[in-house]
Amino acid sequence: MQDATLFTPQLAASAIAKVLWLIPAVPIVASGVISLLKQPRRKAATVLSIGSLSFSLLLSLIAFAHVVVGWTHGAAVRETVNFIWFQFGSTTVDLGWVLDPLSSVMLVMVTFVGLLIFIYSIGYMAHDENYTRFFCFLSLFAGAMLGVVISNSILLLFMSWEIVGLTSYLLIGFWYQKPSAAAAAKKAFLTTRVGDIFFLLGIVWLFAQTGTLLFYNHGAGSIEGWALTGLLAQPAALGLSAATVIGLLIFAGAAGKSGQLPLHVWLPDAMEGPTPVSALIHAATMVAAGVYLIARVYPLMQAGALAGGTTPALTVVTWVGASTALFAALIAVAQNDIKRILAYSTVSQLGYMMAGLGLGGVAVGMFHLITHAFFKALLFMGAGSVIHGCHEEQDIRKMGGLKSAMPLTFATYGIGMLALCGVPIFFSGFWSKDAILESAHGWPISQAPYYMLVIGAVLTAFYMTRQVSYVFFGAYRGHNHAHESPRVMTTPLAILAFFAVALGVIGTPAWPWFRAFLDNRAADVDLHAFAEPAWLMLLLTSCVIVVVGIGLGWALYGNKSPNAEAPDALEKSVPWIWVVLRDKFYVDEFYGATFIAFYEWWARVADWLDRRVWGGVVAAVTWLFGLWAQLNRFLDTNVVDGTFDKGCEEISTGGGLLASIQSGRVQNYLRILALAVVALFAFLIWSSRP
Amino acid sequence: MTPLASYLLVAALVFAIGLAGALVRRNAILVLIGIELMLNAANLNFIAFWRYGPHPEALTGMMFAIFSIAVAAAEAAVGLGLVISIYRHAQTTDLDKMNRMKG
Repeated sequence: MQDATLFTPQLAASAIAKVLWLIPAVPIVASGVISLLKQPRRKAATVLSIGSLSFSLLLSLIAFAHVVVGWTHGAAVRETVNFIWFQFGSTTVDLGWVLDPLSSVMLVMVTFVGLLIFIYSIGYMAHDENYTRFFCFLSLFAGAMLGVVISNSILLLFMSWEIVGLTSYLLIGFWYQKPSAAAAAKKAFLTTRVGDIFFLLGIVWLFAQTGTLLFYNHGAGSIEGWALTGLLAQPAALGLSAATVIGLLIFAGAAGKSGQLPLHVWLPDAMEGPTPVSALIHAATMVAAGVYLIARVYPLMQAGALAGGTTPALTVVTWVGASTALFAALIAVAQNDIKRILAYSTVSQLGYMMAGLGLGGVAVGMFHLITHAFFKALLFMGAGSVIHGCHEEQDIRKMGGLKSAMPLTFATYGIGMLALCGVPIFFSGFWSKDAILESAHGWPISQAPYYMLVIGAVLTAFYMTRQVSYVFFGAYRGHNHAHESPRVMTTPLAILAFFAVALGVIGTPAWPWFRAFLDNRAADVDLHAFAEPAWLMLLLTSCVIVVVGIGLGWALYGNKSPNAEAPDALEKSVPWIWVVLRDKFYVDEFYGATFIAFYEWWARVADWLDRRVWGGVVAAVTWLFGLWAQLNRFLDTNVVDGTFDKGCEEISTGGGLLASIQSGRVQNYLRILALAVVALFAFLIWSSRP
Repeated sequence: MTPLASYLLVAALVFAIGLAGALVRRNAILVLIGIELMLNAANLNFIAFWRYGPHPEALTGMMFAIFSIAVAAAEAAVGLGLVISIYRHAQTTDLDKMNRMKG
């Protein structure tokens, strides 16, 4: 279990930590520039997006090296750069970024896998007329994702998180002319929004309770020190502490993004987007953001746990993760779309990561996240290569025998498949999955997650074998001639394949480098770990899992009939299970019949209210005002106008009278003057009479 | 010696004749002549009051009369000038037709 207090706070941030913001900023700026480019400027768009991400990769590697160097010298690295965004009253809204083992590992993974997928996209999107738009969105996504990774402020994280959601929406609906793509984009956006509402509630609550948005702030952050103690002491409801409830709210956001039950429905539909998008966003990085988020707030999730114990929040994470792992693996068995199988596989593997976080801590979940990012990106890009080679065909029933037509794709896909199945010793997927199973085996609360994960692993081996034998073995069942993809697409595949194998080295029980790095302990080589009976038991279990899964798959699908219309082998033996799995346990139908039906009903009610009730009120008010206006007009014409006109007439008459005196006849004036003088004298004489 | 009242009577008579002329005549020049008559009636009064006043040795009344005559001459010149220019403009000296200054 990770212990946050192991990290000694750094007083001054190093130079690399100070410029860490450039890692997300440069791709975002590149995206902005690309958005201004005209459609035919493909080369400029390519250079900008790949150049900016290469720069980010370089910086990430430097940052990673800095953290590793600090760690090997025994100095814990957790450098934060915080600043005040704005201030109202005595409350400050802080933003900032953090450089620690967790973020540095994630930075390298995202930039590296992202860069390979960008390069692959040059080949995959070569014939698309919206090439520059694609790279604009892709760069924006990369920048936002890197923003999520480096955030030290939950607000900055949320903002990046939402940009990531936006780009996901834009890229799923990239071919918006297809109604299914537009619908899938909408579905993804709305489903993740359900989780995000809870996430936002969690953020607000956390801010209200701790008064800070920062994760780490030299002991005053929201997930360290006294803030956690305060959260634990604060009771919320049902006997849970505020820390637990906030943790669960944040987990709801993570579940939406990472496709956990019951919000997994959007992820398989998201495969409507271009395949590089599926590889980058919906397999390697964005869906991992949820897992990363839980890892980032792990001190909060873990707060209140006794040594080696667990907390209510982590228990929930574990159960959700394990159920998702099993549930999605079951569905993946009965899909026929090559990308859909991988999508359900992704959901299942994300379940493993969540379960790993809940069971074993940050390192266990994050290790699977990293290895999975490599081999699942590899599988998706391999699938993209297959789709490209088969002329945009996605139905595995119409493929077959591609191992001779596409040898390089077959070889790399095979490595990815074996890594995903968790074939022992040689593949990274084995080591990371092994760590999760080991933690599950030792979980004090229940053994059920362990068995769920084991069954899930068997199913994983089974459906991957089924897919590979459908696609690469047997006879070709399609119509168009299949061809190998260009070098620009196969080279990233080869690089990823190398890492799908090699990454296992850093996480073996004998040399748990990765775990030690994240937990900030020294990494010792201890070959005796391989000889421990518990580990040997697990090795044996893994062997059995792989042998059973692959053997069963091969037995059922090894001799695939050359007829594309032939029913599936599983369909022939147990039709009812096949139908239930093919229809994905009717989750979509269930949502359609409950939530969506309710919303439609409510929309109709609201419409009726609008038209009849509010419309009626508005009409009545209008009528009343009309009446009032009529009355006013009557009063105006008959009372006000009459008075006014009369007054005007009087003034006019008076004016006329006075004007008639001013005749302009000088002699008249003189006459009046003379009369007046006479009258004056008469008066004077009369009044001075004794 | 002729009493003061008779001078005043003559002056009043001249004034009345002048006033009547100024009021009833249509011709602008005749109205001016009427005004001159009224002024001279006033001059006559000045002289009469001076002569029958307490200090006949001081030539105050004479001075007033001479001033008044000078002013009247200037006034007559201006008035005649106006009449001539109006006549050039409107081809008439009839005062009833010169009513453009009415309100």
